[in-house]
Amino acid sequence: MSNTPDKRQVRSEAERLSAAFAARGADRFEADILFPAEVLLDLYGEDIRARAYVTSDPAQGEMMMRPDFTVPVVQYHMAGDGSPACYTYAGEVFRKQEDHPDRPSEYMQVGYELFGGADAAAADADVFAVFVEELEPLNLRAATGDIGILIAMVSHLQVSAERRAALMRHIWRPARFNALVKRFAGITPVPASRVSLLEQADPMAQAGPMIGLRGEHEIATRIAALRADADEPKMSSEEVALIAAVLSVSETCPNALARLHDIGVDMPGILPALERFEARCAALARRGVDVDRLRFEASYGRTSMEYYDGFVFGFYAEARPDLPPVVTGGRYDALTHRLGNGHEIPAVGGVVRPDLTLILGGAA
Amino acid sequence: MSIKLGVPSKGRLMEKTFNWFGSHGVTLSRTGSDREYAGAVDGIDGVELVLLSAGEIPRELAAGRIHLGVTGNDLIEEKLVQWDQKVAPLAGLGFGHATLIVAVPQCWVDVDTLDDLDGAAAAFRARHGFRMRIATKYHRLVRDYLRRGGVADYQLVDSQGATEGTVKNLTAEAIADITSTGETLRANHLKILEEPPVLESQATLFRSRVAQKTEAERETLRNLERLLGV
Repeated sequence: MSNTPDKRQVRSEAERLSAAFAARGADRFEADILFPAEVLLDLYGEDIRARAYVTSDPAQGEMMMRPDFTVPVVQYHMAGDGSPACYTYAGEVFRKQEDHPDRPSEYMQVGYELFGGADAAAADADVFAVFVEELEPLNLRAATGDIGILIAMVSHLQVSAERRAALMRHIWRPARFNALVKRFAGITPVPASRVSLLEQADPMAQAGPMIGLRGEHEIATRIAALRADADEPKMSSEEVALIAAVLSVSETCPNALARLHDIGVDMPGILPALERFEARCAALARRGVDVDRLRFEASYGRTSMEYYDGFVFGFYAEARPDLPPVVTGGRYDALTHRLGNGHEIPAVGGVVRPDLTLILGGAA
Repeated sequence: MSIKLGVPSKGRLMEKTFNWFGSHGVTLSRTGSDREYAGAVDGIDGVELVLLSAGEIPRELAAGRIHLGVTGNDLIEEKLVQWDQKVAPLAGLGFGHATLIVAVPQCWVDVDTLDDLDGAAAAFRARHGFRMRIATKYHRLVRDYLRRGGVADYQLVDSQGATEGTVKNLTAEAIADITSTGETLRANHLKILEEPPVLESQATLFRSRVAQKTEAERETLRNLERLLGV
């Protein structure tokens, strides 16, 4: 990256931003740099290895250098008494940059995270507005989205529970999601290998010796599931068109809301999620955000880490398309459930990169 | 100074590389005792033979410590991030053919495609409480391939040898490995997925894009490339 600022400058910019968040009532949070790899591997799977540094400790096994603060802050909060709280932190994160070797693999993040806001719309608006207000001099362009609308859409599709589960699992992998939709709709033909498998009376006849941990019963169970899937009617072309319509919405917030309401006439399952979207727009407007000009993209945030499950946002420097987003954030209620040992708490937050705010104009 | 040519230091790969260069009028040979890794180049002046493990040649090319090197493109693509900015392939040498594939137990009659693998992985994780293990030494290539294929709920486990045996030994559920004829796979009751392979590989002559050259070395390199017809 060009004109990378000095580390001391970045650290004092990080402290300035974190102090600003603290002045708004956030408690300081400190996280370990090394933590057990298992937690992140369990959440994100093998893909995390392409992004995070894994090392090993002779006694503790595989350790990971924190790729972000979200998981540590959630763990910290869930280990406490669970009452509402607001945190700020500032520190390095570590990311492999295989696709962008010119980008730094170690950089600072400053976070603002809100746990337990009973009014989700107000909490979303608060977090978003805090970043807008603190970074106002930089003239950043914000993009927003709402994974909750996509989850609502998939939950109410007129298909079997198995097909819904398969689509839900791949919301964060758009190419695979589209491939599944096309297969369920009969647009892509069933692979020849599956056709021939399902034609056999005894598919295990030519199976040969059973080896490995995946047993005969598991294979039989999946064949039964494939048979049920083959017998299921095609997903209707209307529903395929509705999915495409939702995913392609990219407008200002008011226009996006109107467009999604039109789609909601034929897809009433998304209406409660749209109510939440509308409430958030109202809350944002109350916080002084110019909602009429705020961008909304229904597919926004789908390719990032799969813990966001509601509001998502990012701030970009329009004059510097070469830079990564300056701010990213969103709502991650489900993550608190995954890490909370049976408890969950609404949570929304975001991070800003002080190296980028310095490049773009520095301390206001 | 001279142009440094890195060649695998052992076995059939070395012999066949020597033969390929020999057929283009450049004689490579080992000098000294059988155990000494020293070599000579005849047929052109100013070229120095460096005998290296095939696995180290990608790193040496990327560091610019050798100007030319012979190794499999599987190793180049696995070991070098943005490999095409660091090395340029000059010629496939027509041997050392191998294909990097994903294979599953033959008895998995329900798994033939990446779509099947993903479905089986989801069910496997739900039942066993951990992600399906795929044994390989080609971590980056395989992870990238499976990500593009939309496979989730798997994990790669490192296997530096005898990878085909990991399934029977219950240390992995599936494998991703190099195969040439598929015989070892069949002998271990494994089958290749009906998908394009992760990678097709052969012994390839690469030029380092980063190695420093004097004007004289540039001239030597041009002459050598002309001799080799690459």
